[in-house]
Amino acid sequence: MSKPADPLPSRWPRLSPLAFALTMAALALVIASVGQVAPTPGQLVDGGPSLVRLVNRMSPPNLDPAFLTRIFWRIVETFQIAIAGAAIGIALSLPIAWFAARGVGPLGNVGAFLSKAFISFLRTVPDLVWALLFVATVGLGAVAGTMTIVVDTIGFCGRFFAEAIEDSEKEPQEAISAIGGNRLSILFGAILPEVMPSFVNTSLFALEKAVRSSVVLGLVGAGGIGQELKAAFDLFQYRNASTIILVIFLIVLGMEWATDRLRRKVQ
Amino acid sequence: MLDLSPARPSTARGALSDPIVTTGGLRKSYDRKTEILKGIDLTIRAGERVALIGSNGCGKSTLLRCLIGLHEVSAGEVTALGETFTGLPAGAQKARLRRKTGFVFQKHCLVRRRSVLSNVIHGMMSEPGSWRAFSQMTAPETWRRAALEALAWVNLADKAAARADALSGGQQQRVAIARALVRQPALLIADEPAASLDPVSGQDVMALFTRLCAEHGITLLFTSHDMSHARSFADRIVALKAGRVLFDKPADTTTDADIEEVFRVEAR
Repeated sequence: MSKPADPLPSRWPRLSPLAFALTMAALALVIASVGQVAPTPGQLVDGGPSLVRLVNRMSPPNLDPAFLTRIFWRIVETFQIAIAGAAIGIALSLPIAWFAARGVGPLGNVGAFLSKAFISFLRTVPDLVWALLFVATVGLGAVAGTMTIVVDTIGFCGRFFAEAIEDSEKEPQEAISAIGGNRLSILFGAILPEVMPSFVNTSLFALEKAVRSSVVLGLVGAGGIGQELKAAFDLFQYRNASTIILVIFLIVLGMEWATDRLRRKVQ
Repeated sequence: MLDLSPARPSTARGALSDPIVTTGGLRKSYDRKTEILKGIDLTIRAGERVALIGSNGCGKSTLLRCLIGLHEVSAGEVTALGETFTGLPAGAQKARLRRKTGFVFQKHCLVRRRSVLSNVIHGMMSEPGSWRAFSQMTAPETWRRAALEALAWVNLADKAAARADALSGGQQQRVAIARALVRQPALLIADEPAASLDPVSGQDVMALFTRLCAEHGITLLFTSHDMSHARSFADRIVALKAGRVLFDKPADTTTDADIEEVFRVEAR
């Protein structure tokens, strides 16, 4: 007697009642949110003419030499905030990531957990909130912006550096331990050379992110080109604003191009 | 060209000196249910070349790691190079023990993105001022010269500046040997050093091992699945089976029947 044929598997995956309920709840949440805060077609149609009027008031961009000179120095300040903040942040991220790496760092599992929690805290608070805090503590200007970028970079690099350290090849580490190396020897002798491309990659992303952040930090008074943009909108100087927006676009584009090239070189 | 002829032991067994490693009732388990080593009594004398054989999972690698405190001993005692410990050796004791030991792994375990010279200089990690061994850039001139000399022993001095991952598997294993020998340790432990290599490279590496150990008066303990390596390059074979010593006898008196017994799977 031949064996009965096995039934064809179901075309659709079977959901448990709980999974089905959760899926429906998620869908309901999306639909409710879109219904309450997304623009309606009517609002889009009504807003169209206003947008056209605003674009007309923004054109042509202001190319007055005196204004461009002022913008140029603001751009220099923006870059300084980004570069100084990212450099200090990356340098501080290295030891913090080592402390946070489970099974590798010198502080044990509890120390690693606490270090990771600290990094998560720095990352989860948005950069504009940090900027408001630093403006309140050190006053308006570039220093508050730099401090914001430092904290933001530690939150970003600390996490990725720690993950790279945890994922690094274990065999060379064991070899150095067998030779008699201590934790510091393992870090500098085996781990850092291994994870260096990943660190450089992450650092370049951090620099790119720092430039983008430093552009908007001025909106809350933390220095850089953002401060000029806010002033332009506050004073209805829309031609100035369009120039600044174009310059920001070129800066971010140039930064992405440069870091992409550097990343390819590192790989 | 390397001399591929098997290097026979230069010392007769009876003329060997004091024990360099002894274990008494060594037991090791990773959890309560699985005991890997079930009471190992072993003595290795200075100048000996000992092959540890046995099937996969019999505890060879675990035993090697227990001898230098890479793994914690569950019960029993280890005396290695004058350091006696139970469990794990303490900090200073561990440093002293590892300073006198070289370890070569099955996979060469080199730092791929570092130069060959830097990898050999890593062998100096347990020396005072160990931070200078992080790289050949920070190492003192004497260490750089010692590393180059060790590379010359393994015929790779011309590759000193190359990146480790630019070398073939056999060459990388020779760099690992140079790293283990750069401090001229009293004891060299090798865990299946030829296992990841093709037969010719494997033979080449084993011949190199035994020749260098003979030349520098280093005691050699290695594991192998290749019985021709065990018979050709060791003067004593210790067989492990299911966590116990099955036999311990001179390599030239080990018979095919002995070997067969080591790898025979017991019927349940």
